Amino acid sequence: MSRTTAAAAPSLPDAWEELVTTALLGTDRRTPAGTAPGPRAPLALLDAAALATVRRRAGLRPAPAGERPRPAPEDRRPPLPPAAARRLTMLLADRSGTSGGGRRGTAPDLMELLPQWLAVANAHGYAAPPESLPALLDAARGRTDLRPAALRLAGPRALWLARLNPDWRFALRSTPGGGTSVPGPHDTDGIRQLWQEGLFAERVALLAALRSREPAAARALLATTWAAERAEDRLMFLDSLRAGLGPDDEPFLEQALADRSRNVRATAAELLSSLPGSALADRMAVRAGACVAVDHTGDTPTIAVEAPHACDAGMERDGVVAKAPAGRGERSWWLGQLVEAAPLDSWSRRLGGRTPQEIVALPVADDWQGELHAAWCRAAVRQRNAPWSRALLGEPSAPEAGGPGAVSLAERAQLLGTLEADERAEWVAGFIETHGLSEAFQLLGVCAVPWAAPVGRAVVDALNIARDAGSYPWSFSGVMGLAERCLDPSESGRLDALLAIPDEPENASPGAGGYWSEAFQRLVTTLRLRAAMLTELTPPGP
Amino acid sequence: MTQQGVRWTAEQVLALAPDSASRRAGSELGAAGAWSGAGSSGEGTVWGLCKGSGSDPYRTVVDIADASGPAYTCECPSRRFPCEHALGLLLLWAGDDAAVPRGRAPEWADEWIAGRRARTARQRAAQTPGSPPGPADPEAARRRAERRAERITAGAAELEQRLADLLRGGLASAERSGYGLWEETAARMVDAQAQGLAARVRELGALPGSGPGWPVRLLEECALLHLLGRGWQRRERLPEGLAATVRSRVGLPASADGPPVRDRWLVLAQYDTADSRLTTRRTWLYGTESERTALLLSYGAAGRAPELALPVGLALDAELSAYPGAGQPRASLGDRFGPAAPTTVRPPGTTTARALARYGDALRDDPWLEAVPVTLDRVIPTQDGDGWQLADADEDTALPLTPAARSRPGLWRLIAVSGGAPVRVFGECGHQGFTPLAAWPQGPGEAVPLC
Repeated sequence: MSRTTAAAAPSLPDAWEELVTTALLGTDRRTPAGTAPGPRAPLALLDAAALATVRRRAGLRPAPAGERPRPAPEDRRPPLPPAAARRLTMLLADRSGTSGGGRRGTAPDLMELLPQWLAVANAHGYAAPPESLPALLDAARGRTDLRPAALRLAGPRALWLARLNPDWRFALRSTPGGGTSVPGPHDTDGIRQLWQEGLFAERVALLAALRSREPAAARALLATTWAAERAEDRLMFLDSLRAGLGPDDEPFLEQALADRSRNVRATAAELLSSLPGSALADRMAVRAGACVAVDHTGDTPTIAVEAPHACDAGMERDGVVAKAPAGRGERSWWLGQLVEAAPLDSWSRRLGGRTPQEIVALPVADDWQGELHAAWCRAAVRQRNAPWSRALLGEPSAPEAGGPGAVSLAERAQLLGTLEADERAEWVAGFIETHGLSEAFQLLGVCAVPWAAPVGRAVVDALNIARDAGSYPWSFSGVMGLAERCLDPSESGRLDALLAIPDEPENASPGAGGYWSEAFQRLVTTLRLRAAMLTELTPPGP
Repeated sequence: MTQQGVRWTAEQVLALAPDSASRRAGSELGAAGAWSGAGSSGEGTVWGLCKGSGSDPYRTVVDIADASGPAYTCECPSRRFPCEHALGLLLLWAGDDAAVPRGRAPEWADEWIAGRRARTARQRAAQTPGSPPGPADPEAARRRAERRAERITAGAAELEQRLADLLRGGLASAERSGYGLWEETAARMVDAQAQGLAARVRELGALPGSGPGWPVRLLEECALLHLLGRGWQRRERLPEGLAATVRSRVGLPASADGPPVRDRWLVLAQYDTADSRLTTRRTWLYGTESERTALLLSYGAAGRAPELALPVGLALDAELSAYPGAGQPRASLGDRFGPAAPTTVRPPGTTTARALARYGDALRDDPWLEAVPVTLDRVIPTQDGDGWQLADADEDTALPLTPAARSRPGLWRLIAVSGGAPVRVFGECGHQGFTPLAAWPQGPGEAVPLC
């Protein structure tokens, strides 16, 4: 038997084996030791087996102890306040149940609140209670978007735990160095050794960590082995220079422009072009400037575009892709790349000292407007240029959803990303006031959470208008869901008036009023819950 | 602490849920928006109006003062018990003081509570000694008991015959004969009104071919079943304590007629096991003054949570009466003298060697015992091949975990709480190993349920 505890009496195992063998074969074939064959033999066997069974059980001894695990590293972070610990248990307990499609009713969607809860708990620097770690790891296993925050809250003990359970190996992979901490800033030998001997993921994590502390040291470390790295590794490493990119990186990047791999060259060029003072940026400014000029011959100044006629070796070296994608003209393809990589600040000089607004407002000859403005949008995002973004976005209240027609919603969302949070919020609020909610979803996604007051007000007003117009709330379920997660909890007071079931206006969809009331109720419930969650996470006063 | 005691924790409330769907539905309703007019009174009543799918909200009332566990009423049509509204209301009450303020119960809640308490009081009065106990005709009852005993004796004899046949032909043949033969035997035991024997026979039927070592397990179970049959046949000659154990193991009903013991009982663990007919809930209690460990059993029809729900980790001031039978931990919960309250008391622990010795001693009173309740102190969950064991921190000995405990999520909670450091663990210790049910961290901290 596979029992790990050993029986007491030394003679017992033999006698027991004998009993088991006899029982397996049957007393007709084998007579139990010490009894006469016959009708009584089976009962004698059972008697003996009963005695032996109880004796074996009564005499059980502990097994030898295995090798004890190494203790988990100490976690010095403060524990969660008790109410917050209970809330975490509830948020995690809801995890299994979010599969149901059906109507959502008035109850909040707890799982959707977990990311926010984790972010706030981490901002306070709490440690998760040890008993919650298995559920936290399971949640992080199922949802990769939760992983960084969940693992941070879970802390070092979770990694200790993950080493014991294959289900949680992901935690070791998604943590720098597989749980072995990145060497400290002064551990030069440790850094060098990990860089030379570590696994690829460990090296990427090391480079990223070092880059965030000392950008120059990270670049120097990369340079030590650059020539010997594989092409796809070079690409990944080069990409980690994107963080903390500065003028000092230019020589290294210039040298990478001559790399064997085309992808590495392209990435180097892209990085250089987002350094407005770089030599590459200057070269691109000259090239792009040669293609775009203001034409004063007509009644009004107009931008004239003369796209490049060829893609020469110098352009290719600077990252311009010579071969156009199927269905696109070569010359416009090249133009787009030149304008995208040219520093935006160079255009004012080139185009008669005009401001970005004035430049964007100029008419463009020969249908080049779309191409040109789209390239400027990409440049504004890449160079994080707020004045140009503002100019390209235009007024939020303008017809045609504001701004030049060539700017799509996705591009607008990206442009908004280059603005400060306040300005972004004002713009989105203005957009919603004019254009309603139907196109606002993508734009709301780039607004800081919780939403600034103007955005919140605009969304609530727009929902109210949509309700009065008699449509069903699920036409706005995306925005509703966002509002539940992003609206400032202090706004819930303004929503009270919307909870009642309104009189149904003429032309309204039947029953819509009730559904709206339900949807608003869920919104308010969720906001209250979020407010309660935040209060629970506030550290007790000193 | 106030006279009304503490509010429950969310886990305690969720433990009342009959299944995971209600658990989820309940937690969704445990937020202020769904409720209006909610409140709680000092006498242990919680009420509220919950918006449902209809036009009128459901009135939900929970009585948490009752000694036999919380009682619920709700106007919703749900057949789950307690329904998600009762659970949601309790969660709201547990989580948010402001959402369920103290106050006077509205009339509709008061009416139900008053009616219920009057009913229970009448039932109590009917049970207390002084009123005539049991059936009216003692002579008829004696004759019925005798007839039943005769049937059980006949059943035991038949069972003995079947076991003898099996051993004569050899256990190797049992793998071929299949489950049907055992079901038939079990049905005979049910006819003989020997539920205990029937359950053992059914378990026997599942053993042949149940993985490595099955002949050993089958021989052990056959031998113990044989021992029980023998015990029944000779019960007149057994010491009274052992005879009572035999009677209850065979399946005769008994009543908890031991003297009531009042103590502050710490709720150590509560878990359910279910088969196709019945859900059995086991609750382990530890008397902080009497230092006794007691087991409460409560039952619910399949799919319904048993009514008794005690908050794990809290202590309640209550009376317990033991069931008959030497060394039996089973007791029944009598009067409660106040709501459950938090406590820092932990049961004292022992080593793995002493825990096993305690099981060995207990077999003297009850050779059919599978495990005894034990608290281990300073043990470290340690990996042992594919399995896990609890290793003494200060000695070189360990108890393996039972196969069932190895696959439960509670195992990982235990390992997480330990973090490689010694912890105190309450659980069941028997011949299959140790089943952990609750753990206390090395430093200060509440009991962590593992089941």
